Amino acid sequence: MDAEELRLREAGFEPLDVQMGPSHPAMHGTVKIWLKLDGETVVDARVDVGFLHRGFEKECESGCYYQVIPYTDRLNYSSPMLANVGYCLAAEKLFGVEAPPRCQYIRVIVGELSRVADHLVCIGAGALELAAMTPFLYAVEARELIWDLFDAICGARVTCNYVRIGGVRADLPPDFPLLLGAKLKGVWKLFNDIDKLLTENPIFRDRMEGTGALPKEDLIAYGVTGPLLRAAGVPLDLRRAEPYLVYDRLDFDIPVGGRGDNYDRYLVRMEEIRQSLRMIEQAAREIPDGPVNIDDPHIRWPGKSRVFNSMEELIGQFKVVTEGMRPPPGEVYQAIESANGELGFYLVSDGTGKPVKCRCRSPSFVNMQPLALMVKGGLLADVIPTFDMINMIGGECDR
Amino acid sequence: MVSRDGDKEADLDPTLRSLAARFAEAIVCTHAYRGDATAETAPDRIVEVCRFLRDEPELSFDFLMDLTVVDWLGHRGLRFEVVYHFYSLRHGRRVRLKVRLPEENPQIDSISPIFPAANWHEREAYDMYGVVFHGHPDLRRILLYPEFQGHPLRKDYPKEKVQPLVGIADLEEDTGRGRRRA
Repeated sequence: MDAEELRLREAGFEPLDVQMGPSHPAMHGTVKIWLKLDGETVVDARVDVGFLHRGFEKECESGCYYQVIPYTDRLNYSSPMLANVGYCLAAEKLFGVEAPPRCQYIRVIVGELSRVADHLVCIGAGALELAAMTPFLYAVEARELIWDLFDAICGARVTCNYVRIGGVRADLPPDFPLLLGAKLKGVWKLFNDIDKLLTENPIFRDRMEGTGALPKEDLIAYGVTGPLLRAAGVPLDLRRAEPYLVYDRLDFDIPVGGRGDNYDRYLVRMEEIRQSLRMIEQAAREIPDGPVNIDDPHIRWPGKSRVFNSMEELIGQFKVVTEGMRPPPGEVYQAIESANGELGFYLVSDGTGKPVKCRCRSPSFVNMQPLALMVKGGLLADVIPTFDMINMIGGECDR
Repeated sequence: MVSRDGDKEADLDPTLRSLAARFAEAIVCTHAYRGDATAETAPDRIVEVCRFLRDEPELSFDFLMDLTVVDWLGHRGLRFEVVYHFYSLRHGRRVRLKVRLPEENPQIDSISPIFPAANWHEREAYDMYGVVFHGHPDLRRILLYPEFQGHPLRKDYPKEKVQPLVGIADLEEDTGRGRRRA
């Protein structure tokens, strides 16, 4: 019992305990929020995570480096490509190799498509939980269009498993530019419809404006990154601060907010969708020809035609697949700007085929920590939009 | 300070240089493998070093980005390694801090009073590796449930191990806020 609760009890109040989650209709994700209420005001809050823990790190440590990639799909299942890219960049840093230019452009395209899908889900589901059904349907339809593109690129819609250490699984299909143009047109249209429905909607604004705000000093102290931090006015975006892939060659703006409330978080995400779509169009225009995989026999998997026609390649493939690639002993940390903030991978190698440590620094986990601070003192109803705009993804938070 | 043989990058890194200048006796070694500035610190000085990293204007590492543990079972040296990753918004620089802890009773001072972000990370490190953080305000398991036996990310915890079932009533009791079911 803390001081605030004692004070209330002495004044004759009996605070009400409300348990939201782990499975609650207004919570998209398995997380439990304990709320102590005085009337409708949140006096105290506590967040419990971990309901979706599947032992990501343990599983990674028991396999080879390339076997981690499918697990990264299942971290943030709203934007699996970004986790693919993040892990492979970390592994490439550990191996000391760099993917060819065409591959880097492909990674930017699939990564930004993933970011758009992630933001759309966040905004759509957020609107849904504020009882606005239509924007959610539009957002999901736009996401379907993006998933159609993923389907064409890698054959899977959700668990893509597309990026490889030193490359990608396969080059883009020949008709990809046409397909991309057609699908993006649909995404733009649906996105503009969502914008018209929500941005100036007085009910939506009433629920979002002035709720869930936290000053940037607190956000920094809690390690919060991504749209939450940018909405509070800190223009930290790793695509600009520590450019990876070919982001330094692309033209894009970093939206920042002023008040850091839920409405700013929504606006920042909307603008990021515009910027990402811009980036995809640029990258699709500028993408060079060339190989999409590095040609290092210690790392790459040789193509089937080579395996079936050459004894050396067959042996090489056998060794790489059964023993795994062996990086030199050492440790690296590589971070990318995922849809919800800094997604970092910390890999430690002792020179064998299995990682000693494969740590995922997930933005969902870190960003959930100050939720209790954000909702304290506000109304019970404001917990919902605040939780939505944090956009915690259970798979990534609990790993 | 001892930098890894021939590691020119570590000698040039401004963060590592000021750390070495300020804590000559506490910094065990430094390296900058693949460009990641890294310093290993004596365990009893960790709070001091972290405060210096945050407060020194030339460094101002305001973000604790990550905190985790590496289990070096079967390798040379002390078994556990607590690893901290910091980021400086002002200078756009990163640094990694490491501390080695023994196999018996791994314990270290908590840095959550300096970096609130460490709160959940330290709980996770305790949950997964059993490293105890002194001065932590609320050192409980975070991803696993209270009745979980052992620390699953330790290398000697078998992946296939099965945990005993836990009743619903016990779970509610343990959170301390729900009522026990009749």
